[in-house]
Formats: sequence, C-alpha cells, structure tokens
Amino acid sequence: MTARFNIGDIVRIRRAFPPGHVRTPYFARGKSGVVDAIAGEYRNPEELAYGRYDGPALPLYRVRFKQADLWPGYDGPAKDTAIVDIYENWLEPDKEGQQ
Amino acid sequence: MTGPDKHGHDHHDHGHDHGHDHGNSHDHDHARTFQPDIEDAPFGQYQVMAQALGEVLIDKGVITPDEMREQLEWLDARSPSDGARLVARAWTDPNFKALLLEDVNAAAESVGATAGDIPIRAIENTPAVHNVVVCTLCSCYPRGLLGLPPDWYKSREYRSRTVREPRAILAEFGTVIADDVEVRVHDSTADLRYLVLPMRPAGTEGMAAAALEELVTRDCMIGVSLPRTPRP
Repeated sequence: MTARFNIGDIVRIRRAFPPGHVRTPYFARGKSGVVDAIAGEYRNPEELAYGRYDGPALPLYRVRFKQADLWPGYDGPAKDTAIVDIYENWLEPDKEGQQ
Repeated sequence: MTGPDKHGHDHHDHGHDHGHDHGNSHDHDHARTFQPDIEDAPFGQYQVMAQALGEVLIDKGVITPDEMREQLEWLDARSPSDGARLVARAWTDPNFKALLLEDVNAAAESVGATAGDIPIRAIENTPAVHNVVVCTLCSCYPRGLLGLPPDWYKSREYRSRTVREPRAILAEFGTVIADDVEVRVHDSTADLRYLVLPMRPAGTEGMAAAALEELVTRDCMIGVSLPRTPRP
C-alpha cells in the first residue's frame, strides 16, 4: 500500500468516534498537523484487536501538532509541539490548513 | 481479611489497663502487621482475561509453559543499563549514533543487546529541541532497552498531563527547559516505541563510553530528566 501523504503535508485527523480498539487519541481528533515522518506499514489495530488479520497493512504517520492548536490556552511557548502516531485511515488532506 | 476496624472502634480507644486476654486482641495484633497476599487484592476482569488467555495458548499448544516463563524472565531481566550503553556509545561513536538514529533495534543488536521485536526510534535532544515520551492511551514503553516502566509512567496523571502541560510535568521532575527551547512531546500510541537520546553533558569530553554510561539514567531516556553531570 502506497502512502497517501508525504512528509510536510498538512493533514486533519478525522473527527470521528467509532467504538472499539481505536489508537487515535481524542485530543487529536479534528485537529490539523503536519506529517513529520512516515513510519512504515502495520496491521490496523482496530481490526487486529478483534482477530482479523487479513486486512491490508496501513501506513503509519508521525503527525506533528502545535501544542497551541491542540490545547486552547496552552501555557507554554508557541514553538512547543506534540507528535502523535496515527494510521492513515484517520487522516484527510487539509488544503486550507496553516502550519 | 481481618481489618482493624472490624469491631467498629479504634485501637486508641483502648485503655492502658487492658490485658491480653480480652476479646479479639490477638487478632488485632496480627491485623496491625498483616501484609496482604497478591490474591487478596481484587481480581479484576483484565487479570481474569490475561490468565485465561495464557491457559488457552498453552492448552492449544501455541506456546509451552516454559516458553511463557522464559519470556517473562527475559522481560523482568531488562534494565535501563542496555539503553544507557547505546546512548553512551552514540556519544562517543558518530557511526554508531547514525545507526542508532536510523534503526535502534539494529544498533542494539550490533552491540549484543536485544531491543525486542517492536521497532524503537531514537529521538535526539538538541540545543533547540527537548523531547519527552508518553503513551497517553496506555503504557507503551521500550521495555527491551529500559526494562519495565515505572509506575508513574503508567499513571493517569503522567499520561494526561504530559501531553497537556509538559513543562509543568518536567518541572516536577526537576527539569526546567528554557523558553527558547521547543518541548516536543511524543505520544507513542501505535506500533513504535521511543528512546530519547539526550545531549552529552558538558565537561565529559575526556570520558570513555563505560564511564559515560553511569551518567545515563532511565529518566533521561524517557525525557523527563537530563543526564547526570560528572562528579568534579
């Protein structure tokens, strides 16, 4: 599976709340960040957790967020960041995003 | 379990003149020094599931009891000294540092350490960036190189506050990062684990890798602290 996004792309984390074994933290959902690294391909944990091993591997991205974008009123320098590992099925392009 | 409150009053209510022959004083004395057995703690759903899973895997012949025991023994025997060895080597060997930043598991194997099967990435502290690692969802940790995670790493407080107010958490560990340095939190939520490669402390220029290892603590490889400074 070819990675859909490139390093430097601005992406938005889907704002979705499915049940099950989801590895996308709530605080990142609906937020925009930039692809910091592409970290390989892995089986989707949302399927693995229920014993489904035959799905395609998903590219895993390291998405970098500005802390000020994650937390309104973040009490620290504007340059502070957080990097979260997120599977491709949670990412969508963010054409209007500013980084 | 016989608790001290079984009789609905406090021991201090007893007068000095009570003899040892009254009521349940013998039980009281035991209760005071009673240390619960592991089985006395509530047996939760996840413990039941883990135990059941182990039994099923053994019953079906997927693993043997000895293989499970061996894996637990291996995990319990890991310690931050392996991580420290890699960091000290990276400080003294530019080629090794390049390999460590490229592939921690391969770098570990090249010096006879075992990082395990889960890919680990090294994240390098620089004068411009200080890195700190958390797993907000559970307790993902590079166990092969650092051993079992400390209890605080698994606590809800560390997991929720490190990503929300990292500088406050760092300050509680005694680590104050200047405002002109970016604090970068790494949330290891997925298939990777992270090892912080701290900056080599000033004043260690003449030190060999073996001596440098003593400066590399577990906490500085998580990123909540900085390496020790050498004794003058």
